[in-house]
Amino acid sequence: MTPGLAGFVVADAEPHWNDALDSVMAALAETFAIAPERASAPRGARRRTWLDTFDWRLYRAGLLLEYVTASRAGQLVLTSVGASAAGNPEPVVQPVTGWRAAQPCLSDHLPDGPVTDRIAGVIAPRALLPLVTVASTTSVTSLLNEDGKTVARLLIERPVITAGHIGTAGSEARIDLPPRLSVTEVRGYPGPARRAARIMALAPQIEPGAPGGSPEKALLDEALAVIGTRAANYSNKVDAKITTDMAAARAVATILLTLLGAVEVNVNGVLRDTDTEFLHDLRVAVRRTRAAIKLLGEVLGLADDVLDQFAADFKWLGDVTTPVRDLDVHLLDFADMTAQLKAAKPTDLDPFRDFLVQRRAREFRALARALRSPRFGQLTADWRATLTTIADGKPRRAGQPGKGAAKRATPDRPAPLASAQTAGALATDRTGVAFRKVARRGGAITRDSPAESLHDLRKRAKELRYALEFFAPLHDKQAYGAVLGDLKRLQDCLGEFQDTEVQIEEIRALAEAMLGAQAVSRGAIARTVLAMGEVTAALATRQVAARDAFENRFAGFAGSDGQRRMAVLLHRTGGAA
Amino acid sequence: MKIYATYNIKGGVGKTTTAVNLAYLAAADGLRTVLWDLDPQGAASFMFRVKPRVKGGGRALIRGQRSLDDAIKGTDFERLDLIPADFTYRNMDLLLDKGPEAKQSRKLSKLLAPLAVEYDAVFLDCPPSISLVSENVLHAADTIIVPLIPTTLSVRTLEQLTDFVAGFSGHRPDVLAFFSMVDRRKKLHREITEELSAKRPDVAATIVPSVALIERMSVERSPVSVFAPGSAAAKSYRALWAEVRERLE
Repeated sequence: MTPGLAGFVVADAEPHWNDALDSVMAALAETFAIAPERASAPRGARRRTWLDTFDWRLYRAGLLLEYVTASRAGQLVLTSVGASAAGNPEPVVQPVTGWRAAQPCLSDHLPDGPVTDRIAGVIAPRALLPLVTVASTTSVTSLLNEDGKTVARLLIERPVITAGHIGTAGSEARIDLPPRLSVTEVRGYPGPARRAARIMALAPQIEPGAPGGSPEKALLDEALAVIGTRAANYSNKVDAKITTDMAAARAVATILLTLLGAVEVNVNGVLRDTDTEFLHDLRVAVRRTRAAIKLLGEVLGLADDVLDQFAADFKWLGDVTTPVRDLDVHLLDFADMTAQLKAAKPTDLDPFRDFLVQRRAREFRALARALRSPRFGQLTADWRATLTTIADGKPRRAGQPGKGAAKRATPDRPAPLASAQTAGALATDRTGVAFRKVARRGGAITRDSPAESLHDLRKRAKELRYALEFFAPLHDKQAYGAVLGDLKRLQDCLGEFQDTEVQIEEIRALAEAMLGAQAVSRGAIARTVLAMGEVTAALATRQVAARDAFENRFAGFAGSDGQRRMAVLLHRTGGAA
Repeated sequence: MKIYATYNIKGGVGKTTTAVNLAYLAAADGLRTVLWDLDPQGAASFMFRVKPRVKGGGRALIRGQRSLDDAIKGTDFERLDLIPADFTYRNMDLLLDKGPEAKQSRKLSKLLAPLAVEYDAVFLDCPPSISLVSENVLHAADTIIVPLIPTTLSVRTLEQLTDFVAGFSGHRPDVLAFFSMVDRRKKLHREITEELSAKRPDVAATIVPSVALIERMSVERSPVSVFAPGSAAAKSYRALWAEVRERLE
């Protein structure tokens, strides 16, 4: 039997589903004799739970992953999002035992097999999370010719949502979805299946099930909609709903509300310690918030002390998340770290890993306390209330700068424009300022400049990156892409330069702490510390390479071509404004 | 891919019912199976309700103008496909009788080879004769399943076949005979089946009885195991299939 030739879904409201199926059968009966499947086919009941990472990495890569159980055997089934019912590539199937569909699964913990081979690189270091579980029963009807031979089959699948792991439906949801119908061809009989599909296409109560996509995707999308969510509704991009003509204060409040949403949506994943990226994304949202307050905060029209307090609170939030993230970075890099050892044995670093794990457990408890503290709850609630008032267009002093705005004005940060300033004008202004700052400070760096000057440039480059990202919806896509590509390369270089330095310092401090803790024997500790020394040596080599690459990267971004690309970007955005 | 052929020089000994039932059981066992109905009478095609017609006829298949793949029809059963009979198969000898003599008896083997990608088991249902077609079938098969009616004469037929196959150079198929259409009430049937089953390793322990149910296959147009799964006939085909598989393993 070939796969589904044509898929349909009952379009009527629930009370009429059976009537719709009856009328389709009646229409088919005019051309075919109809009989229940003669041989017992292994179809019947199955349960599928769709899986993806929190940021939909598989879906965005065009992949759908299901954990399917039928007659007790379980398997992971990977299909392609874009595949249409006819001619879709073969799904990748991997039998698994003991899979717990309702639990997250880290990429490292996936059982070996062809599906894992295909997805591990896509999802790492994130965990697979269950999205929604649908149970379905499928009945098979044979369409017979005049000899009583089966020449096509009609499959009727009745799906029921049995658990919504995300969205608004509870984990015990039980919601019927419209029945799905599909016609499958019997080998050597293409005509009858096509005829049956034509008959079904004319039936008024049903409609094509997955126009332009796979039936699996159509079912997933529908199930997600029913439980109050949709696919790919989270990414760590800013993506604020702003327009060029929007009042600047409202646009900034909207951007900050989007960032606050990103902080809040990641808190649960952090507290459950599902994977490391919840904390990473939360930290990025906090950093962006702090940068936005610094670069754009004054247009909110808040009193200086109010804004300063929020800035201080977000600094606190950033600081309490740092120790765990630093340890996460070491642990995520651990495999690479051990792989590059030359003199030491990989196992020499085991005590170091144990130490990192213990440390992380301790730091994690402190982080969890902070995220459950009244201070954090108060911060997010107050910040949301403040921003919502402004975003709703009822600012107390719309567009008016805080008292200190003029005082803070410097050549890099001109005083705000008039109160009628638009988001477009603000974007052009602030992005231009941030760019000039990077260009000037970077241009002053020579071979002899101290490391701090590069670290400072990294901060300025980050601010520029955020300024660009905040206003991304207002920019010309092509011009934006051109500027961002060069900026990313510069940032990677500056990041490598500073991160390797920080890691070297941290490993030194951790070595001292390990010696102080005396958790392992002296012989073992000596071997471990020697291995850690090798790791720092490798980091130092990387740092030198990053320093050597700096000049080229900087010239690529802020040289005459880079200046021109930025000018084009700002001109187009400003022109639109 | 293993190739099984049901063969006997005589007609009416149960070749087609054997091929149909064993192919069904192979598919039910999980093997991707195809049955080629080489008999122009098309009895196996009839049992699976497939029209005995191949586009371009036997000529197009033998000459390679159409691939076997194009002729394959799905049966009503999971994993079981059929290459239907065609009336032009009656001239298949003439079609095979082309080209260098050494290659004439290996043409079917060559045609079947590409099916290995898609199938685990091929069953060939042979027309009753000694001909270039049957010679081709004997060369292609891994196992030749020979239904025997318990008579003295049919035992001689088996010996002739065994001798013939022993003369093959290179690949020699395994020959497994079994007694078919056995009437336990007849003294001669009992004597011959008991003696030969015990004496000859190439005669299966399983016997398939002569029962009306097997004749009913052409009315039901499906394997015995489908319409009478608990019957003695269905059981004996299952036992026979188990013996056939075991010998190859």
